[in-house]
Amino acid sequence: MNLLTILLQAASDLTPIAKMAAGLGASIATIGASMGIGQIGRSALESIARQPEAAGDIRSNMIVSAALIEGVAFFAIVVCLLIVFL
Amino acid sequence: MAYHKGISFRTPITILFIWMLLTAFLPLNALSGEEQAHHEAASHEAEKGGFNAGEVIIEHIVDAYEWHILSLGEFHLSVPFPVILYDEGQWHVFMASHFHHGHEAYKGFEIAHEGKYKGKIIRKAEDGTEIRPIDLSITKNVFSIFVASALIIIIFMGVAKAYRRTRKHAPKGLQSILEPLIVFIRDEIARTSIGEKNYERFLPYLLTVFFFIFFNNLLGIIPIFPGGANVTGNIGVTAVLALFTFFITALRGNKNYWMHIFNTPGVPWWLKFPLPLMPIIELVGVFTKPFVLMVRLFANITAGHIIILGFISLIFVFGQSSLYAGYGISVISISLSIFIFFLELLVAFIQAYVFTLLSAIYFGMATEEHHHEEQH
Repeated sequence: MNLLTILLQAASDLTPIAKMAAGLGASIATIGASMGIGQIGRSALESIARQPEAAGDIRSNMIVSAALIEGVAFFAIVVCLLIVFL
Repeated sequence: MAYHKGISFRTPITILFIWMLLTAFLPLNALSGEEQAHHEAASHEAEKGGFNAGEVIIEHIVDAYEWHILSLGEFHLSVPFPVILYDEGQWHVFMASHFHHGHEAYKGFEIAHEGKYKGKIIRKAEDGTEIRPIDLSITKNVFSIFVASALIIIIFMGVAKAYRRTRKHAPKGLQSILEPLIVFIRDEIARTSIGEKNYERFLPYLLTVFFFIFFNNLLGIIPIFPGGANVTGNIGVTAVLALFTFFITALRGNKNYWMHIFNTPGVPWWLKFPLPLMPIIELVGVFTKPFVLMVRLFANITAGHIIILGFISLIFVFGQSSLYAGYGISVISISLSIFIFFLELLVAFIQAYVFTLLSAIYFGMATEEHHHEEQH
C-alpha cells in the first residue's frame, strides 16, 4: 500500500487518529498534574523544614491542594476516555 | 551495622527476580510466521476463549444485573438479583437468573449486547427499535450500597451505644478508632469551615457522606464478595452525592450568599450592568463546584480500579503467549498490584476527606455572615 492510500484512508475515518490523540491528551494532562503537585510537594517540604512544628497543618493543606489538582487532571482523563469509548 | 555493598545473590528475592526475568522473556523467539497470524486471529475473536483485557476490565467496572463471583470453564457462580421493570403501565419483577447470564430473553425483555443500551435490559418493539423500560432493578451497585449502609448502621449504632455506656472511662474497641475520626471531621472540617455558630446543623450530613464514601471506597477494593463492586466509581452515585451538596448549599444559602453571586460587592458596576458578566461567572461557579465534586470522586476511584485490574490482566495476557511467561510476569504484577492497593487505601480516605471538606467549605460560604468591607 502506498502512502497516498494510507493518507486517504486516514482522512476518511479519523477514529485511529482520535484514539491516538486521546492517548496524547491523557499523557499531557498527567504531565501538567505531576508538575503542579511536584511544586506543592516542594514548597510543603521547604516550609516543614523551616518550621517543623507546623508539619501537621502543612501536610493537610498539601493533601487538599494535591487532591484538587488531581481532580482537574482527571477531567482531562475522563474526556480522553470518552473519546476512546464513545 | 553492615551496609550493603551490592545485591547478595543468595537472597530469595534476587533469585525470584532473576527467574522471573528469564521466564518472562522466554517465548519471544518461539513464534514463527504462522503462529503469529494465529495469535492475531485468536486475539480478535473473543469466543475462542482468548483473553480480551479491555472487555474484562470494563466488565469489572460497570454495573450488572447479577454479581458474578467465579467461572470454572462452563460453570458460572453468580448471585442473581431481582429485576424490577415498569413497562407500559405494568410492573415486571423477576430474578435476573432468568436471563441466564445475558444469553436468553425472558417475557420479551433481554439484555442488549451492543448498541446504545449495551449491558442494560431492553425490549425489542415490532419494528426492531430498542425500548428501555423504567428500570428499578436491584443491581450489583445497589446491593453493594445496601451492604455498605448496613455495615455503617451496625458499626455506628454500636459506637454510639458504647459511647453512651462508657462516658466515664477511656473508649475501647471499635469506638477508639472511630471516635477520633468523628472528632476530626467535627473539628478540622466542620468547625473550621462553617464556623462555631452553624456547624452542628450540617454535621450529620458531613459525617454521613464521609463515611459513606469511605466505606464504599474500601469495600470496592476488597476483591471478595460482598466487596468489590465499583460503587463510588459509578457516576450515578457520585452525581447523587454531589446533588445533595448542591441542594443543601442552595437551600441553606442566606441573603449574603446570593448577594455575593448576583451582586458581588467590590466589583465595578460595568461588569454587572449592561452585560451581567460577573453574575454569569458566579452562577456558572455555583453549578461547576458540585459537578467537579462528582467527577473528582468518580474518576479517582474508577482509575484506581482500572489500574489494579490492568495489572492483574497483564498476567493473563502474558499467560496467553506462554504459560511460564504468565507465571513470570505474575511476580511483577502482584507486587505492583500490592503497591497500588496501598495507594488505593490512601486514595479512599483522601477522596472521602476532600469531598467532605469541600462540601463543608461550600456550606460555610452559604451561611457566612456579612463582613463589613473596609473600603473607605
